[in-house]
Amino acid sequence: MAREYETVIGLEVHVELATQTKIFCGCSTAFGGRPNSHTCPVCTGMPGSLPVLNKKVLEHAVAVGLATNCDITRYCKFDRKNYFYPDNPQNYQISQLYLPVCRNGYVEIETEEGIKKVGIHEIHMEEDAGKLIHDEWEDCSLVDYNRSGVPLIEIVSEPDMRSAQEVIAYLEKLRLIIQYLGASDCKLQEGSMRADVNLSVREVGAKEFGTRTEMKNLNSFRSIARAIEGEKNRQIDLLESGEAVIQETRRWDDAKETSYAMRSKEDAQDYRYFPDPDLVPVSISEEFLEEIRSRQPEFRTEKMKRYREEFDIPDYDIDIITGSKHMADIFEETVALGAQPKKVSNWLMVETLRLLKEKELDPEDIRFSPEHLAKLIALTESKAVNSTVAKEVFEVMFEEDIDPESYVEEKGLKTVNDEGALRRTVEEVIAANPQSVEDYHNGKEKAIGFLVGQTMKAMKGKADPAGVNRLLKELL
Amino acid sequence: MRGKMDKSELLHLSAVELNRAIREGKTTAVEAMEAVLEQIEKKDGQYNCYVTVAGDTALAKAAEVQKKIEAGELTGPLAGVPVAVKDNMCTEGLLTTCSSKILENFVPAFSAEAVLQLERAGAVVIGKTNMDEFAMGSTTETSAYGVTRNPRNPEHVPGGSSGGSAAAVAAEECFFALGSDTGGSIRQPASYCGVVGMKPTYGTVSRYGLVAYGSSLDQIGPLTKTVEDCAAVLETIASHDKKDSTSVERADTDFTSALVKDVKGMRIGIPRDYLGEGLDSEVRDAVLAAAELLQANGAVVEEFDLSLVEYAIPTYYTIAAAEASSNLERFDGIKYGYRAKDAAGLHQMYKKTRSQGFGPEVKRRIMLGSFVLSSGYYDAYYLKALRVKAMIKKAFDDAFAKYDCILGPVAPTTAPELGRSLADPIKMYLGDIYTISVNLAGLPGISVPCGADSRGLPIGLQLIGDCFNEKKLIQTAYTYEQCAKEGN
Amino acid sequence: MANFIDDRTIEYVGILAKLELSDEEREAAKKDMGRMLDYIDKLNELDTSGVEPMSHVFPVQNVFREDVVTNGDESEKTLGNAPEEKDNMFVVPRTFEGN
Repeated sequence: MAREYETVIGLEVHVELATQTKIFCGCSTAFGGRPNSHTCPVCTGMPGSLPVLNKKVLEHAVAVGLATNCDITRYCKFDRKNYFYPDNPQNYQISQLYLPVCRNGYVEIETEEGIKKVGIHEIHMEEDAGKLIHDEWEDCSLVDYNRSGVPLIEIVSEPDMRSAQEVIAYLEKLRLIIQYLGASDCKLQEGSMRADVNLSVREVGAKEFGTRTEMKNLNSFRSIARAIEGEKNRQIDLLESGEAVIQETRRWDDAKETSYAMRSKEDAQDYRYFPDPDLVPVSISEEFLEEIRSRQPEFRTEKMKRYREEFDIPDYDIDIITGSKHMADIFEETVALGAQPKKVSNWLMVETLRLLKEKELDPEDIRFSPEHLAKLIALTESKAVNSTVAKEVFEVMFEEDIDPESYVEEKGLKTVNDEGALRRTVEEVIAANPQSVEDYHNGKEKAIGFLVGQTMKAMKGKADPAGVNRLLKELL
Repeated sequence: MRGKMDKSELLHLSAVELNRAIREGKTTAVEAMEAVLEQIEKKDGQYNCYVTVAGDTALAKAAEVQKKIEAGELTGPLAGVPVAVKDNMCTEGLLTTCSSKILENFVPAFSAEAVLQLERAGAVVIGKTNMDEFAMGSTTETSAYGVTRNPRNPEHVPGGSSGGSAAAVAAEECFFALGSDTGGSIRQPASYCGVVGMKPTYGTVSRYGLVAYGSSLDQIGPLTKTVEDCAAVLETIASHDKKDSTSVERADTDFTSALVKDVKGMRIGIPRDYLGEGLDSEVRDAVLAAAELLQANGAVVEEFDLSLVEYAIPTYYTIAAAEASSNLERFDGIKYGYRAKDAAGLHQMYKKTRSQGFGPEVKRRIMLGSFVLSSGYYDAYYLKALRVKAMIKKAFDDAFAKYDCILGPVAPTTAPELGRSLADPIKMYLGDIYTISVNLAGLPGISVPCGADSRGLPIGLQLIGDCFNEKKLIQTAYTYEQCAKEGN
Repeated sequence: MANFIDDRTIEYVGILAKLELSDEEREAAKKDMGRMLDYIDKLNELDTSGVEPMSHVFPVQNVFREDVVTNGDESEKTLGNAPEEKDNMFVVPRTFEGN
């Protein structure tokens, strides 16, 4: 009988914080830009340079800690993690080992068996490394330090997860919380959120953990799921054939759907952590904690509850809308401007989601403002534009956040509500299409659709289809 | 009309005297710089105080400064005064090597804050002085650019690691100099060369732009001809720098106000532990004579037990080597400096670059430092040293409850002969015994010349103060200097 | 010599510190390190139980900067001393995890 194994998974998640500047210097964290154009002596390890901590980084780190039920370490320090690699300009990374800023927290995830707590061992602040690029033509690599010094928090979980589904649920929960706090946009594909998976297997019922491996280079939920499956099987295979699992770091290759060991005898993995003498300790006061606590937003669960009570929109809509703080903000602000909740949610759920999917964007990328959405809705309510035109305008608004009122004016898209002109056009269409008229009189309801179409064409789309329909029926 | 001074008379002037002479029209900043450059031309072939002399740039700058002085824009006591800067402080546009091969072609894009402070006050940088490589050494013999000779006796070392700066002051190849002190590297060469040298309280002078050796111990300080100059320079370079997290905000940096000839009631303690075996008898006699002179002028002098003195050196070397091993990791041939050719791959490139670029003493300390921080040894070595450091600080705190200043020698001997020290590293390290604990405790310390031995080699008197108590040191040192000059 | 430093230790430390020593240097290093560690062992004579390791001499805390951009495009300065440069980036021997 084959033995039954359970998979034990812990995650180390790195999150790039959404600050204007880097953690230890005044360089911009803005994405893009010529290589090395956001650098200075500090983030490039020039001799004589010294770090100074960005206060906002501490604020975000504590906020995330509070939102994940952590104890905040009142007296914390930075430590140097020493290792040689070209993306690390000082060949040490400033991180926190001995006294991380947050400890012993948890988040709750929904699993098939109900709500489960995933423990958070610690959260600490650290600096990001630069970027290495392979040169296509020559046998060398190129280093860009723009990303060096960008602030990160590393969230280390307890080994509480047992499946890929739980891992995904955990990541989604973390992402939601962090996005709600505005601490980061948490995009796996862009690297503002990175997950390393620590995985081991053991026989069901065993008390000890098995030897674990660490997997890196997981750039999407899909590759995380595949990597977990792959590694679990690899480890089980080893154990079943009597071999031992070696503790090592493995790099996942999504294209090949396999991982390989990143072993190197040139890398002792002995980081010689010691407190950084160039930085002074951080002492967190009760006042500071209160200040951060007072800035905590309404989180998703509360928001969902409130929406159910305040707005008459379907639960499904509430679920989707509150799944993104940005979308929820747009919803609330548009409603606050007087638009009907049902109409707002409709625009978000149908057209917005469609366009996001089509363009492979996240809700965070929504660019149009609540003011403009409210205006568009008002235009449809007053029948100033019909639904087809409204959709067209919305697409432009989605791309460029144009003011729908001025756009409609400019392009002359207003529905013509002049009854007289409409009547005349309808009469012309009837006169020009005797066959359809006859078909209609003979019972073909569809013929009226054709006539509506012709009328709309003649009106250059600027008519209210319902009104046209009514008129046609009247005149026929 | 601007007068022209006799060159040797000019070179004898202290920094403050030179500034006065410039303001009084007796000479000019350009003339002073020309005199210094000529002196360097004459003497530096032998002494080798300088790694880089800025020559034309310096003269141009001196001319600019002279104009500003005449226009009344630069009114401080260092305006127009030529200064030598130790080669581990970044100077924008000027080669900065730390006397190492690994930085043989490094030109910083910014200047150290202390250098900027001097330039804002109108001092003009002559060039960069020789030192022990990366400030690791006590004789300036570990430099990759040749040894520096002691101007008092060229067969002897000038001390280290700020040997070039101390020698430049002694040889009148500058009017004052900046040095750095991690375990005595300003005070000891000052003592060996017969000049004044001071390390301020940790955090008083910004470390931004100082190439780090032992970050928790390093401080920049002045090397000067007189205590008055020392106070003026320290006052100019002390600042609260936002770019340095360890920079302390101080309200009391008007150090020149302490230039008062009066030690009545000053309580001075002499550690018995400093006067024991290993201290050269001529040095001891000179130091105790200095103490007697102070006593004769009203100071209350007594011996006491400091304790823990013999533990200072192993504590220092553990901490300094550990920090240095990390601070020097950035020298890897990728972003700046020397890069080994023909290396097969990344890690080979690192190893070859560093092995070829660093000298043996630097490699020795990097290896020791890496070891004491490594897995399994961190608690036993590094943390243990940090605990002893706390105890040493406490011993000083207890002493300063009773005394205003602690007095003692700077080094157990006068300057040794060239070529005698590097063979036995531990013996060399033991020479730091009186200066090292001052850095561990973050305290200020000053070295003032107090005589010479029978061979004419200078002896230094060390005064140590409680943190932030530079003024007491300056007052005591000034009083001693003035009384000794008058022969009473 | 109580602290015996062997070839393996020197090799290990060499990997950590990216230093490679010649045979001569290695012999000297083994001896030097051993002697230095013996000397440092002296610290074990002291009873430091109950003493907190002091990494910073003064109780300075909470030194921060505001989250405001103060630096512009300094790439010329950054690359000014580059031993090898291409397309505004530092050239290094090929690494294996670049993407």
